[in-house]
Amino acid sequence: MGFVISQSEQEEIDRWLLKYPPHQKQSAVLPALKIVQEKNGGWLATEHLDAVADYLSLPKIAVYEVASFYSLFDLKPVGKHKIYVCTNVSCMLAGSETIVGYLERRLGIKMGETTQDGCFTLKEAECLAACGGAPAMQIDNTYYENLTPEKIESILAGLNG
Amino acid sequence: MDNIVCFRTHHLNPPWSLQSYLKVGGYSAWKRILVDKVPRQTILASIKASALRGRGGAGFPTGVKWGFIKAELPGQKYVVCNSDEGEPGTFKDREILLMNPHQVIEGMCIAAYVMSATVGYNYIRGEFWEPYQRFEAALEEAKKEGLLGNNIFGSGFDFHLHTHLGAGAYICGEETALIESLEGKKGFPRYKPPFPATYGLYGKPTTVNNTETFACVPVILEKGAEWFLKLGVPGNGGTKIFSISGHVNKPGNYEAPLGISFQELLKKAGGVRQGHALKAVIPGGSSVPVLPAEVASTLNMDYESLAKAGSLLGAGSIIVMDETTCMVKVLARIAHFYTQESCGQCTPCREGAGWLWRIVHRITQGQGSLKDIELLEDVANKIMGRTICALGDAAAMPVLSFIQHFREEFVYYVQHGKSVVYSQRTSRSRKFLDYSGEVGGFISFG
Repeated sequence: MGFVISQSEQEEIDRWLLKYPPHQKQSAVLPALKIVQEKNGGWLATEHLDAVADYLSLPKIAVYEVASFYSLFDLKPVGKHKIYVCTNVSCMLAGSETIVGYLERRLGIKMGETTQDGCFTLKEAECLAACGGAPAMQIDNTYYENLTPEKIESILAGLNG
Repeated sequence: MDNIVCFRTHHLNPPWSLQSYLKVGGYSAWKRILVDKVPRQTILASIKASALRGRGGAGFPTGVKWGFIKAELPGQKYVVCNSDEGEPGTFKDREILLMNPHQVIEGMCIAAYVMSATVGYNYIRGEFWEPYQRFEAALEEAKKEGLLGNNIFGSGFDFHLHTHLGAGAYICGEETALIESLEGKKGFPRYKPPFPATYGLYGKPTTVNNTETFACVPVILEKGAEWFLKLGVPGNGGTKIFSISGHVNKPGNYEAPLGISFQELLKKAGGVRQGHALKAVIPGGSSVPVLPAEVASTLNMDYESLAKAGSLLGAGSIIVMDETTCMVKVLARIAHFYTQESCGQCTPCREGAGWLWRIVHRITQGQGSLKDIELLEDVANKIMGRTICALGDAAAMPVLSFIQHFREEFVYYVQHGKSVVYSQRTSRSRKFLDYSGEVGGFISFG
């Protein structure tokens, strides 16, 4: 139990807690996990989950089951940037297969893997609700639409690893 | 004439600011209600008369839903906005949140007033970081303007509106799963009854409406129920945001009257991409039955017309497919989606969705048999109607409709080990269909 939620993370979680009734701290589990995940390398180890449970006065299992249920929480190490490529119907019709193939070749990894330098994790996304701009992907918190290999090159270059 | 309800700020710069919203008449209904102390029943009657129906997919009359809440009873009540948009093919709520967030806020304020709810939440899917920030900024503007908070405009009415962020789960678009998620739990849909109107968020009476539904409300009260009703066709008031994607020249969101013909809507989206012919249409998001071109071409886009044609309007999410589309492969992708997104609570859905996916996948790998087609229908029929929420039906309906309308493509695939569409280039690898590892993982999760 080496991990302690930092002061700034606590303050951020506290701002979320203000939104819910005082006896409903559990409502802040999702935002709290997101905050702790983003500040600690993009993934959640058991000690992070335990710390969130402690902070919100919840049984550990209440946090574990949430962390393992939602797709935006990672329970294993990931790269600095997470690339979520949508391959659902509208993106598939717009050629997401080419986009996935290009990214896999360009990064030298398969779907679900992380580059050796720890820069990128490539993930398959279910519908991102960006079908009007298919094929689409999300990197960290940003959406990118109407993708082409050229566009992907310039997006990756802009991220500087 | 088209951008008159949810997209009415689109022509302004920037469309999302408070100033732009005020310019088109925004918050005038809210102010009038508070200053004139308009009786709740009067507002409720307007919403009912407007024939506004839930824009999230079910099409349930909004006024009737609001009427389920007993506003006069003491105790905390909640209004919740469902911005957990995730139905494949649907991308309208994202644009509403980005382009016209204040109209959603005003709609929620009015709903809160009608149901005497002093607290509201907008549940925004976790991926929508940009719309979340845009909505938060709009909330700040509205608070500064005194449109939210305590004793708004000296009316004695309090309303506090907050955002909540999801974390990636399609099931949370189901209203009781959304409530569970808002309580900080896994998104497991609840048994109904009790319905949220009696036992919702934190066990209190709660109304959950879709983002677009809330955004329709202020305009109804500004311009009148009759005006809104007449935009559409009987029983289908208003315009609707149609999300059009797939093989069209100009994919995007188009606001158009309910009851507009499919042909006219397709024209707005630039028609089927150059040199190609319409083959099939999914008219309401991936959960609804697919329709072949000859049926879709004669459709009017309203709830009843689509039901009569054997499908559903759903969220108005139109996926257009041309003659190059392999229906077996599209179904495989759809089946994979429901396998991934089944929450795992009900056995028929958790196991059945996996079966459906594995069987279609087997066919796309050239390892199917004719019996598999019957097996697909059998499994789908055994999921239908046997689950707590509609995700089970949503997994089954595409399977049944794809086979009903395109059976010969499935038969061809089984007999030749390749698609009738791609028959010239079978060797092409299709990596996106290769998920066998993940599916095994999913089953052990359940």
